[in-house]
Amino acid sequence: MTDDSLVVTDLHVEFSGFVAVGGVSFDAHPGEVRFLIGPNGAGKTTCIDAVTGLAKATGSARLGERELLGRPVHKIVRLGIGRTFQTASVFDELTVLQNLDIAAGRHRPSVSLLRARRGVEESIEQALEETGLAGELATPAGILSHGQKQWLEIAMLLVQDAKVLLLDEPVAGMSQDERTATGELLQRIAAKRIVLVVEHDMDFMRRFATRVTVLHQGKVLSQGTVADVQADPRVQEVYLGTAGAATTAAMSAVPEPVAGTRQGQED
Amino acid sequence: MTKPKPWLSLSGIGVFAVLLLAVAPLVLTDHWLNNLGKYCCWAIAAVGIGLAWGRGGMLVMGQGVFFALGAYAMAMHLTLETAGDRIPGFMVLYDPLAPLPMFWEPFRSAGFTLLAIVLLPVLLAGLLGYALFKRRVKGAYFAILTQALAVALATLISSTIRETGGDTGLSDFKYFFGFVLNDPANKLMVYLIAAALLIVCLLAVWQLYRSRFGELLVATRDAEERVRFLGYDPANVKLVAFVVSALMASIGGAMFVPIVGIITPAEIGAAASVLMIAGVALGGRASLFGPALGAMAVGWGQSSLGSTWPEGWTYILGLLFIVVILFLPNGLSSLPARFAAARRRPAEQPAPAIAVAELEEVRS
Ligand SMILES: Nc1ncnc2c1ncn2[C@@H]1O[C@H](COP(=O)(O)OP(=O)(O)OP(=O)(O)O)[C@@H](O)[C@H]1O
Ligand SMILES: [Mg+2]
Repeated sequence: MTDDSLVVTDLHVEFSGFVAVGGVSFDAHPGEVRFLIGPNGAGKTTCIDAVTGLAKATGSARLGERELLGRPVHKIVRLGIGRTFQTASVFDELTVLQNLDIAAGRHRPSVSLLRARRGVEESIEQALEETGLAGELATPAGILSHGQKQWLEIAMLLVQDAKVLLLDEPVAGMSQDERTATGELLQRIAAKRIVLVVEHDMDFMRRFATRVTVLHQGKVLSQGTVADVQADPRVQEVYLGTAGAATTAAMSAVPEPVAGTRQGQED
Repeated sequence: MTKPKPWLSLSGIGVFAVLLLAVAPLVLTDHWLNNLGKYCCWAIAAVGIGLAWGRGGMLVMGQGVFFALGAYAMAMHLTLETAGDRIPGFMVLYDPLAPLPMFWEPFRSAGFTLLAIVLLPVLLAGLLGYALFKRRVKGAYFAILTQALAVALATLISSTIRETGGDTGLSDFKYFFGFVLNDPANKLMVYLIAAALLIVCLLAVWQLYRSRFGELLVATRDAEERVRFLGYDPANVKLVAFVVSALMASIGGAMFVPIVGIITPAEIGAAASVLMIAGVALGGRASLFGPALGAMAVGWGQSSLGSTWPEGWTYILGLLFIVVILFLPNGLSSLPARFAAARRRPAEQPAPAIAVAELEEVRS
């Protein structure tokens, strides 16, 4: 199991004195849809930045036997770590096929770059099928719908053959149906790969998370199954504000205690 | 953006080749053919700028540096060829007794000169690009840095009169690799070489643009960070485009010398470098033909209007530049597509109906 697991231990990230992440540990394995949640500014994105080499960090982040921290971004990618960004970033001027073709390209020898593409590679066809983008092959990515862009990003990670998918708010701005489709897609992907999702949408989290880590002010507040986390009074306190301490007990009796959470998050 | 019809572009290059190589020599006077040769040299450099700037997003404001490498390598060889066993005349003028500067010596060899025209820009652009792109220098910083380099080189050449000819430059070449330059037949040959090189450069970028590298370059231009997260090092992608563009500038510079007959720091400094950019912007920096045609148009404007009405020409060029940047950011070559889109739009959308509805809403 540990052979192909992502294990983050005692991760620290500082921005000129400000501790954005202060000693976070978590792990993720293939077969589970792993969630990382927390209020705005909790340090979720910074954790992903650290693991992918974008932010300088101390501590340890290992994929199997390999330490990731300290390597340049593109080398970490080549070890099998893929990520998306909070704002969808696809290559707007290129078609869906071209986007995917570039994502698939890191396995190709450099000289082959000088030739034009002929046909569609099998891995690309599979990813298109998987993400429901098969009909959009020749569409410029810039005119895809918001949800389709997010799927294209996931498809790019698939053709890239990433062992780990770090997804930063993949369903933000999606319709309810699109969220469901994305959740099911992630569950299918998670069978063979590590999927770590950063999300604000508690409803989405409840429906699709296998295991959850709650961050607050750069620290792990709670960790466990959805039920564990929801039952944790500290989590409720953070999501409901300090004034809610008295109401915490009352809230935990409510069937959907996190329902109020989303309102707290919208600001 | 990326044209879905590469074969159409290829036949376009074919037509252009016929025009330049067959039609132009038949219909143009010697004087205008020579001018056209000069525009071809600028166009060669412009094709490289289109690659680096239009497709790669690197605003190369100092292509004069690489133009100079090719031009001065060629000019030194031709000067030595003309001088024969003696020391070049202008050097004797400044110091009759001193020997030929050390760095001139290898340029006696034709082979070395040709090699230098290719290798010098590749090496310099390689080193410079590596240092800048790995440090993630981009945008305005990159532009200013390259521009500063062009200023520095022009100043260096101006201040070393005996070694480089200074502001007067290098001129009065009699031979071109054994051919007498005065002979009209040889002049035609030199023109044909320049025109053919332009076609070769166009073919090279045509292949680059339709290749996977071309797509990767556009991707790097638009979202460098994303490319990095796909496992590529964007610095390497940009480096390749930058080196190729430097090589093209050098080739343009090298052919400029036998065609124009003189090279001075004014042809390679800041103003000249910006003029190269201007042509590319006018023509359309990201298109295949835009940069070359834009550079040729600016060259033509300069030798026709620029010589009869120099002050006016500067203003016209400036005005044209502003208009294009404001209204046609993709250059004049995007005009046909714009027209086509404008003609299609009214048919697709019942725009007037909407306008009427809105008007009525306002009235009520
Ligand atoms: N480059 C940076 N420089 C300085 N501070 C930063 C930087 N990036 C993040 N921070 C700070 O670190 C903290 C954690 O930010 P981070 O983006 O990781 O939060 P998050 O949990 O992803 O929040 P959100 O839900 O709003 O995306 C915030 O207080 C943020 O202001
Ligand atoms: Mg975030």
